[in-house]
Amino acid sequence: MKLTVWTYEGPPHVGAMRVATGMKGLHYVLHAPQGDTYADLLFTMIERRDHRPPVTYTTFQARDLGADTAGLFKSACQDAYDRFQPEAIIVGASCTAELIQDDPGGLAQTMGLPIPVIPLELPSYQRKENFGADETFFQIVKHLAKPMEKTARVSCNIIGPTALGFRHRDDVQEITNLLFELGIEVNVTAPMGATPGDIAKMGQAHFNVLLYPETGEMTARHCEKTFDQPYTKVVPIGAGATQDFIEEIRALSGSTVDIDTERLRQTWWSRSVDSTYLTGKRVFIFGDGTHVKTAARIARDEMGFEVVGMGCYNREFARDVRKLAKDYGVEALITDDYLLVEQTIEALQPEMILGTQMERHIGKRLGIPCAVISAPVHVQDFPARYSPQMGFEGANVIFDTWIHPLVMGLEEHLLHMFREDFEFHDAAGPSHHAGHAPAASVARQPALAAEGLAPQTPQECSGQKEEAASGQIIWLAPAERELKKIPFFVRGKARRNTEFYAAEKGVAEISVDTLYEAKAHFAR
Amino acid sequence: MTELMPPQMSGGCRNAPVLKQRGQREVFCGLTGIIWLHRKMQDAFFLVVGSRTCAHLLQSAAGVMIFAEPRFGTAILEESDLAGLNDAHAELDREVETLLARRPDIRQLFLVGSCPSEVIKLDLNRAAERLTQAYAPKVRVLEYSGSGIETTFTQGEDACLAAMVPVLPKTDARNLVVVGALPDVVEDQMLSLLDGLGIDNVQVLPVRTIDADVAVGPNTVFALTQPFLGDTHAALTRRGARHLEAPFPLGEEGTTAWLSAIATEFDVSAETFEQVTKAPRRRARAAVAKAAAQLSGKSVFFFPDSQLEIPLARFLTRECDMRALEVGSPYIHDAIHGAELELLPAGPQISEGQDVDLQLDRCRAQKPDLTVCGLGLANPLEAEGLCTKWAIELVFTPVHFYEQAGDLAGLFARPLRRKGILADKGIAAA
Repeated sequence: MKLTVWTYEGPPHVGAMRVATGMKGLHYVLHAPQGDTYADLLFTMIERRDHRPPVTYTTFQARDLGADTAGLFKSACQDAYDRFQPEAIIVGASCTAELIQDDPGGLAQTMGLPIPVIPLELPSYQRKENFGADETFFQIVKHLAKPMEKTARVSCNIIGPTALGFRHRDDVQEITNLLFELGIEVNVTAPMGATPGDIAKMGQAHFNVLLYPETGEMTARHCEKTFDQPYTKVVPIGAGATQDFIEEIRALSGSTVDIDTERLRQTWWSRSVDSTYLTGKRVFIFGDGTHVKTAARIARDEMGFEVVGMGCYNREFARDVRKLAKDYGVEALITDDYLLVEQTIEALQPEMILGTQMERHIGKRLGIPCAVISAPVHVQDFPARYSPQMGFEGANVIFDTWIHPLVMGLEEHLLHMFREDFEFHDAAGPSHHAGHAPAASVARQPALAAEGLAPQTPQECSGQKEEAASGQIIWLAPAERELKKIPFFVRGKARRNTEFYAAEKGVAEISVDTLYEAKAHFAR
Repeated sequence: MTELMPPQMSGGCRNAPVLKQRGQREVFCGLTGIIWLHRKMQDAFFLVVGSRTCAHLLQSAAGVMIFAEPRFGTAILEESDLAGLNDAHAELDREVETLLARRPDIRQLFLVGSCPSEVIKLDLNRAAERLTQAYAPKVRVLEYSGSGIETTFTQGEDACLAAMVPVLPKTDARNLVVVGALPDVVEDQMLSLLDGLGIDNVQVLPVRTIDADVAVGPNTVFALTQPFLGDTHAALTRRGARHLEAPFPLGEEGTTAWLSAIATEFDVSAETFEQVTKAPRRRARAAVAKAAAQLSGKSVFFFPDSQLEIPLARFLTRECDMRALEVGSPYIHDAIHGAELELLPAGPQISEGQDVDLQLDRCRAQKPDLTVCGLGLANPLEAEGLCTKWAIELVFTPVHFYEQAGDLAGLFARPLRRKGILADKGIAAA
């Protein structure tokens, strides 16, 4: 048993639903108890889909357990076929149905349906959502795709995009256009948008473009082995990665077409003097393995940030992320324990978080700006506008998304200069975020009110961790006042550095001098 | 006080035939109740013993609404727990110890059973007894099932409240217990109304903290504010308490009838009743009338969701002049819904349970002006051109008693109003 407050991934059958819902002409018959239909709302509400997911649930109840749940499954399966007339059916069990061992795959195969029936084995008590999507897609391709003659013109499949994916809709469009510019036709994009009939034709392509290793890597490997289709290893998120991706495509396809990079504004935006303030911002990166790996490169090489920590929640990518973290000189955090991620962020005190919706909430609580780079998704991750992460436009979008939560360069200086201004003070937060005072400055108001009374121990944001963070070190009142003069977005770092410095020097009381000694010590 | 119950025009629905179909049920399981119960009981923690699906459900249902430090969590069963390699009870004890160490503010812990914990027959009752002994007197540990195989959506609250009834202190005093979780502001309004009627020994269940003194005994009478509390009703009856059967306090008429049943029981004079309810009744009628202008003459179709459907249909047909086409409810208990069904004008198809595909066929064929349904169906039906109201909002929004009657009508009127305002008619959904 493992205590979980919030989870990064759903169960594996939700991964299977992401594949089924992304596709057309496929139906999923899911042996599941009443209540598991909640998963429909992920698609109809979060993604705002205008159709119900193509899933039939058996929704068995306690009274059915003593009777014939297998019969219930078969009638649900037959009804689903009669009503929806799909080209193929996938069948499986959710966590509870797995326990009653009705073997939906075996049952469905005995029914003599005139369409392919693909059984899924998704171990609910061992694996999670991404595995479920990856395995489901692989099974569909394994059952339906057969070796075929290659297309006359060089073509590729785009594999990995699913329903409920983080910006998959726009990434596919961006990369399809890029491939078109390179003179390469897309044979099949799957699972998203593909029918079982399309899947059957996947073998025609010359190679595969793997956009999302989390949900498509098993299929990419299978196709490499079975159809002699090599696949791309670079995920084109970021300007540099997109250039590398183009080179990789050229090597696979022989394309020599020039690509017009005028649309790529990110590189100049990052070099313009206005962006100087981004230099060395300390960022913590957390999400799925693929988005973390690409974000780390953008953060360091394209934004000029300092990566102070990174990690991923999907263990399948632990090795990759550990290796990358080593290159960046940081420790990798591989966990799906939300509380552990929170603790790590609190200890590192980054100036910015690049994370998921969960880290956005951690950031809100700690007063640290956060930009979202990865699933798990939220209704906000499905914007109405075109907003890819991949390709040149993706690089532009990422630049905007990441700097948006930060206090802008000149504003940062003005906050230093006019600290006492009644409207333009640091507690008001970034001027472009109306009414969003960061939690940290709010939490510290009581400390401000008590100012000047006596040497105080510093208040951490949570109000609980102060002992752990500061040990026995005491802030003298003048130093505490001086610390308040530092704008909120660097105050956490200043406090932490000063305490670290004091501890290292064996100083028990922090004076104004200690504060500035520490500042000089950590100057970069 | 019979004038409070207008005569029936066309006979009610109490004896109307009920359509019962079996098929896919598009409903939440009882775990969902934790989302509001954990906000209501501020010293309680809800520990689901279940699977990743349970955790994901809670997160998905809650994720659209809140994201604070939650007072709920899931002890996720793993392969080793199922294979019998671990002693599930020892595992549970360990997780509870970690949890209570981390949250010293917790005074009540609910172990909540799920589909997998029921199927593997994990005895949470025994666990709760053991843990209660271990952590008494500081923490009380109770258990109930919120599993989908046992409960539908709001039945989770019923199961939770029913689990609390046996441990309530015994009293011989004459008291009124009002049962059902209400938002604090609404609960305060209700208590103030009852106070105005001169009823002084009033307690509510669930209480905001464990220290509040709610007791039950042979002289207790109880009133339900929610129509889904069948098991709690039975548990209280077993403790000797007597139910005051009444319509539910939704809308002006429902609230008046509900208060009237209590007033009759406590011999409140007609003058006092009139004096206390006159002003709020007038306000409620005026507020409902505003929203009702949008609703009058329109048809409504209810998919089953929370068991609030029958009282809501009664409110919409009688106070807002709507026409009900079908009223679906997950369960219908005559002892609880009977008074409501009697007031609901004959006409609509009453249905219990669901085969969602067949019900969608009926809905499409009847083309209601407004369809009340769950989150999984709302956008797809909107895309087909139907106007919908998410049923879950009716559970999460303050809608009970006089001062909310206008808001309740407004919840149904808003989708219709919005449809009228938006000038994009003919533009298909994406």
